[in-house]
Amino acid sequence: MDKIIEFTSKTVVLSVNDIDTDQIIPARFLTVTTKDGLGDGLFSDWRFDESGNKIEDFPLNQAKSEGCSVLVAGSNFGCGSSREHAPWALVDYGFKAILSTSFADIFQNNALKNGLLPLTVSQEFHSMLTDSEGIQVKVSLEEMNIQSSNGMTEPFDLEPFSRYCLMNGIDQLGFIMNHENQIQAYEDKG
Amino acid sequence: MAESGKTLFEKVWEDHLVVEETPNTPAILYIDLHLIHEVTTPQAFQSLRDKGLSLRDPNKVLATMDHSTPTLPVKSIADLDIVAEKGPADQIRDMIRNCEEFGVELHGFDSDKRGIVHVMGPELGATQPGKTIVCGDSHTSTHGAFGALAFGIGTTEVGHVLASQCLLQRKPKTFAVNMDGSLRSGVSAKDIILKIIQKVGVDGGVGHVIEYRGSTAGVLSLEERMTICNMSIEAGARAGMFAPDDKTFNYLIDKPMSPKGPDWDQAMKRWSRLVTDEDVAFDKEVNIDIDQLSPMVTYGTNPGMAMEIDGVVPETNGDLGFKQSLNYMQIEAGKPLIGKDIDVVFIGSCTNSRISDLKDAAEILKDRKVSDGVKALVVPGSQAIKKEAESLGLDKIFESAGAEWREPGCSMCLGMNGDTVGNGKLAVSTSNRNFEGRQGKGARTILASPKTAAASAISGSVEDPRKYS
Ligand code: SF4
Repeated sequence: MDKIIEFTSKTVVLSVNDIDTDQIIPARFLTVTTKDGLGDGLFSDWRFDESGNKIEDFPLNQAKSEGCSVLVAGSNFGCGSSREHAPWALVDYGFKAILSTSFADIFQNNALKNGLLPLTVSQEFHSMLTDSEGIQVKVSLEEMNIQSSNGMTEPFDLEPFSRYCLMNGIDQLGFIMNHENQIQAYEDKG
Repeated sequence: MAESGKTLFEKVWEDHLVVEETPNTPAILYIDLHLIHEVTTPQAFQSLRDKGLSLRDPNKVLATMDHSTPTLPVKSIADLDIVAEKGPADQIRDMIRNCEEFGVELHGFDSDKRGIVHVMGPELGATQPGKTIVCGDSHTSTHGAFGALAFGIGTTEVGHVLASQCLLQRKPKTFAVNMDGSLRSGVSAKDIILKIIQKVGVDGGVGHVIEYRGSTAGVLSLEERMTICNMSIEAGARAGMFAPDDKTFNYLIDKPMSPKGPDWDQAMKRWSRLVTDEDVAFDKEVNIDIDQLSPMVTYGTNPGMAMEIDGVVPETNGDLGFKQSLNYMQIEAGKPLIGKDIDVVFIGSCTNSRISDLKDAAEILKDRKVSDGVKALVVPGSQAIKKEAESLGLDKIFESAGAEWREPGCSMCLGMNGDTVGNGKLAVSTSNRNFEGRQGKGARTILASPKTAAASAISGSVEDPRKYS
């Protein structure tokens, strides 16, 4: 896994609450046995019409959002199914962070294991982001804040262990496996 | 000062701590039972292969095929290409290969135990009080009906559990849902959980484990408890639980994987302490009056957008997407839902495909006909349920009413296996999610109980089940 310290990007805004994982990646794209290419199915039913043409006014389809790696979305982002295909699709499409006022538990867990930052911001900062579509932000894991190009600085919380793993490019399974003795002892206890 | 009491959840949590959490590191939690299916495991098996790892304990893994599996009869793998598209067929083959390579017993097409993962676990007695149970599927919360701590995980975590039988977790908060009173005629467990989600909201349970309590809890059957726990995730909760009681023990006593003989007596002792101590404060609490409950239906595109079936669609719920949601559903604010024409009725899914659900539907469909122009699909949750339903003649009731009777699987709940509602079509469904396109591209979903679904099938429009009961 690549280390993540900080990055800068313009933002693209989807100001809808409760965006569920069926919207992020519909079930028909889940018949895969690898993680590759899932970005093609990202928000598929919002991005494309019946005949597969791009829906022009969908935010991700507009020229100004090209190359954006920060998505601003409504509250309870990622609710619904446990499909890790959702963060895989977001990452494959090019996103590195989702900024929202709240996230669903399983999505948040899954995102953090794939180098995608689900960052909870204040209502005030969120309103600023939705009002200033396309604004540039710098996300720093080192400083634990987001700096917007209009001079605002928004701190965020991140589960310390996930932060450590992200900043050092560490796979969390290694941490569990290092506790082999404790696991064995637990099993022996019956 | 006396040691403070503990909740059911806290007791199960503490029993499974391999390593306690610290400010810097999550807890390492031991997992007793890992349920797997074909859709959320391929990449996990591949990651094990890439790292040269094997399974820590294949005996703690229970494998089935349900999500992308056809509900038309498949006698052997060779038939698969006839009834399934290439994607799902390849995925099923991949599952068979992975289970063989890693030494996991798979309940495939030839198994009389195969079923939807959350139907099969309890039916086999693999689901037991006090166990930690995970699966790459959010409705794993179902198993909490037995007093297990059960929740959905992602595919990376599936890999962690396969390799180590452990999971990294932060301790969730506790949430009591107190239910008081008894269900009136025509009202079901599904209506209880839809009411709860309407009340607490689709994110009301985020970060919490719900315990369902109160005078209603002890009266509900295990099947009803499963329906309620199943949809805990739709309120955003990590898991849902009921304290085990005599009903739980009676359900489990003769199941194939339940403890036997002296082991059973031991187990009963362990299980009996799995109740929340008196005077424990939960982090959050909500009360629901069950006496007054009516059948519930959803009108929007998340399960919290629910209403009493004889009410009118609200004008707003204060949500950003409310209007967009009603537009998608082609449902008007301020109008009743009863009488709205429907195209499809789906009776199935891990929420409502058990024998009691099928009996509820059959009671209403008996000697009646599904309305012209309505496609009705009944999909049992497992081979065992299918067999039991057929021995009771329920299949004949469904078929003579004009409904289709299928092989077990997730089917139209998520529309991965080719069973879909159809673009723009409106369905009354006993499943758990009414998200845009959940039941296939462009599908519009009204969630309801099996009774409401059956009544709607006959009327050809959204119908109050009390009309036929
Ligand atoms: S029936 Fe539906 S909700 Fe249940 S496991 Fe299958 S897809 Fe998931």
